[in-house]
Amino acid sequence: MLRNDFVRRMESPGGDKRRSRSLHIDLPLLFILISLCGVGLLVLYSASEQNLFYVKRQALLMLVGFGAMFGVAQFPMRFWERWSFVFYGIGLMSLLAVLFFGVGAKGAQRWLDLGFTRFQPSELMKVAVPMMVSAYLGKRYIPPTFSHVIMVLIITFIPVLLIVRQPDLGTALLIFASGFFVIFLAGLHKRYLLTAFLLALAAIPILWIFVMRDYQKQRVLTLLSPEDDKLGAGWNIIQSTTAIGSGGWSGKGWTLGTQSQLNFLPESHTDFIIAVLAEEFGLIGVMTLCALYALLIGRCMVIALNSQSQFSRLIAGSLSLTFFTYVFVNMSMVSGILPVVGVPLPFISYGGTAIVTLFLGFGILMAISTEPKRIRIDL
Amino acid sequence: MINDAAFSDPARERRIFAGRLLISVFLVLVTGLVVMARYVDLQITRHKDFATHSDNNRVHVRPTPPSRGLIYDHNGELLADNRPIYILTIVRERSDNLDQLLAAIGRLIDISENDIKRFKKRLKRRKPYEQTPLKYDLTERERGILAVNGYLLDGAEVSARLMRFYPNGELFGHVIGYVGRINERESQTIDSVKYSGTDSIGKTGLEKFYEPQLLGEVGSEHVETNARGRVMRVLDNIDPQPGNNLTLYLDSHLQRVAHKAFKNERGALVAIDVKTGGILAMVSAPGYDPNLFTSGISQRNYDSLLNSPDRPLFDRAIRGQYPPGSTIKPLFGLIGLHSNTITMDYAIDDPGFFVMEGIERPWRDHNSKRGGHGKGVDLAEAIIESCDVFFYKMSIKTGIDLLSNYSEKFGLGQTTGIDLPGERPGIMPSKQWKKGARGQSWFNGDTINTSIGQGFMLATPLQLAVMSARIASRGKMVTPKLVKSINGETLESNKITEPLAINSEHWDYVHKAMKDVVHSTRGTAKGISKGLSYKIAGKTGTAQVISIKAEEEYDSSRIDKSQWDHALFVAFAPAEDPQIAIGLIVENGEHGSSAAAPIARLVIDVYMNSNTASHQTAVAEVIN
Repeated sequence: MLRNDFVRRMESPGGDKRRSRSLHIDLPLLFILISLCGVGLLVLYSASEQNLFYVKRQALLMLVGFGAMFGVAQFPMRFWERWSFVFYGIGLMSLLAVLFFGVGAKGAQRWLDLGFTRFQPSELMKVAVPMMVSAYLGKRYIPPTFSHVIMVLIITFIPVLLIVRQPDLGTALLIFASGFFVIFLAGLHKRYLLTAFLLALAAIPILWIFVMRDYQKQRVLTLLSPEDDKLGAGWNIIQSTTAIGSGGWSGKGWTLGTQSQLNFLPESHTDFIIAVLAEEFGLIGVMTLCALYALLIGRCMVIALNSQSQFSRLIAGSLSLTFFTYVFVNMSMVSGILPVVGVPLPFISYGGTAIVTLFLGFGILMAISTEPKRIRIDL
Repeated sequence: MINDAAFSDPARERRIFAGRLLISVFLVLVTGLVVMARYVDLQITRHKDFATHSDNNRVHVRPTPPSRGLIYDHNGELLADNRPIYILTIVRERSDNLDQLLAAIGRLIDISENDIKRFKKRLKRRKPYEQTPLKYDLTERERGILAVNGYLLDGAEVSARLMRFYPNGELFGHVIGYVGRINERESQTIDSVKYSGTDSIGKTGLEKFYEPQLLGEVGSEHVETNARGRVMRVLDNIDPQPGNNLTLYLDSHLQRVAHKAFKNERGALVAIDVKTGGILAMVSAPGYDPNLFTSGISQRNYDSLLNSPDRPLFDRAIRGQYPPGSTIKPLFGLIGLHSNTITMDYAIDDPGFFVMEGIERPWRDHNSKRGGHGKGVDLAEAIIESCDVFFYKMSIKTGIDLLSNYSEKFGLGQTTGIDLPGERPGIMPSKQWKKGARGQSWFNGDTINTSIGQGFMLATPLQLAVMSARIASRGKMVTPKLVKSINGETLESNKITEPLAINSEHWDYVHKAMKDVVHSTRGTAKGISKGLSYKIAGKTGTAQVISIKAEEEYDSSRIDKSQWDHALFVAFAPAEDPQIAIGLIVENGEHGSSAAAPIARLVIDVYMNSNTASHQTAVAEVIN
């Protein structure tokens, strides 16, 4: 149904649409992104205790992001397909560089100091890994064969392991997910899925014993019973659920959230910003944001469905699902149904590299959406 | 795996992708709905709980301490005041690293090790989220420094507090007492709500006795605090009700004169308004400065008070129990008359000693040179010259039961009921008492010792004052009281029961004898009569500290001063229409006539507001 609507719209010629096509701009996507950025800045202003410094910086980064997005969108998909292994290669090199020359804080080494700015290579990999996997599978027939699956696993696991070493388990899992989404969308056979599922189950104790660090285990334990350590690890989750719950239907009003304004809520302008929105705008605010996300993801899936090549399809689908995963993980951890992992809420949380990477992904989607038609879709 | 569509089949690829995308959409919807359900659960179903929790987070009820009731003397002079001071407090829960915070404060202002030691002690005994004082009485400069650097000192706060201040220092130390920090034992018995804003409580004296009246009612303040505990704004408040003010019968001028009159001597004086029982002056010398205790006394200061041989913390006026000595004679004489054991004409011959049949050891007359008071000594003479032998003989006739029973009506052997904590009852010995306390039966020798206020008999200076007031008022049983009115409302006057039914001739007789103690040429206290424009009735007393063998003479030059006799004096004035009654003791003062009586004269003079030149020079001499 949705598909038919879309087909019809593509067939009907319109002046504006054509101009935006030639500029490689997907208008619905652009409109949703601008709305999300607006909501983000509004909430950030309140979450940062009316500190315009953060808002200005975030707005500037968003502008850079939009620029990057338009830039990326100008390149044809053939270009990205051909050069994907180069980006992937650069990403791997910089991850290795982080391992040796990286800087960081709180025992984690995640950044490269480029002199003028800090750069987080794992962010780049959020786009580079699905792109590489899509490029690899795009040239091959699907569903993928055993050797293809092995190859995809290798492509995915090298960066994932490097990121686990930093350590940044959250990002590592998300990057693994982005690679997995590609091969899943490529029609990975059920028996592989079942094997993967069983392997994942088996991996849990191994992860727990050998990979996860104490603070990571603590976060999981805290999720199960936050009341055990009210002033320590449980503090964050108790305060964030309190903020969300006390918002009620319509919230306490913009900049009037007591949990966030009186500093009870930790990380209120970064990872936990959804709690500020929930407290000040209530369930109505949360629903509105979710609706915007749903529109965005829906639009991305439509773009994926209508894309011109296997590569485009896979990367578009993977990026949409990865985006959803970000939203899902963030909203779940803040509301206390997943352990706290450092995943920001896309377009709302304050944060440098992450926001630019997001726009890079949507640049790819715009490039796909405005590709010249090679064949007419008729299913 | 062999695939039919080895070569690109776009339609098939599309189909596979579309199928997988559909599954994805389904999964996205399911997981998305789970998250939405969680938000609905938090925000709608459990909204009330979280709203309450959120309010509990930010809104705190802070008790606002009431200001403690003030204490005034008879003329409205302030004796116990509340002075605003600034203190630096720390809320333990608000500080991430206490040691770091203390170090940071130490870099800004002067914090002594002692401050930190006492702070840590207090820290152990506080309630959660309570402000624990670190330093009292900040200077203006220190407050400024702390205010400027406040943002660095999470958990620390400067707050104003009222602290008890006693403008007269040691002058009223024993009477008014002091407030101090609530200790562990007290914290278990007090109503924690009433004391929620207060960390001090009356420890001794009137501060303790009238604690419920002085305390006032705690108020409360709903404040919004941030996560660091800093108060952002006050939402609502209920004002505290200040404590009730006390007005005393005490006259601070009289008190000052009495206090100074003791010079460096140890002793106590109590002056009572004969008509009301109001305490006009109450001194225990030496005194101590109660201000030392208000913010917690240092161990060094406390040790020096505690270990001083003069025992300044000991309230001799109500807790010091001394043999009353000859000051008891007018009362016993009155009892003798009233019980018809003796008559006003009864007289004895006094050879200077008394021998009981069957007892080899004679009782000496302490107040006379060898040879005694001579022949024909009647009760009046026995009081005026303080003849012991008369009372030895009389007491054998009256017996201990009569003496004991009547004496209790005059306040001896039991607490007087003054509005102070810790009063001691003294001892009025009786057969029953000796059986209970010593497990022995009573001997006539005990009666003889008691007859001159020695032996087992003990009385506090307060009891002596009460006794002389009851003699002065001809048997009105007034109860001594310090507080005259609370918040301007006069306390229900002390119940004046029917005066003792004693023949007025007997009263006249004893009053005259007591007047002659001061005003006759043979009186033991004639030394104080000079220049008096009114008449004083009194009785001297000397109480043995060590026992002297019958055949030995007491010679102060041969014994240590701490074993010298105590000097006592009881008095009332004016003799014809008594207004003031006094009981006093000078420890190791030797003679009531020379050490104690002059002090009484001075105090009575001031009270009578005499304008004679002698009075003024005498007062000036003492005060300077």
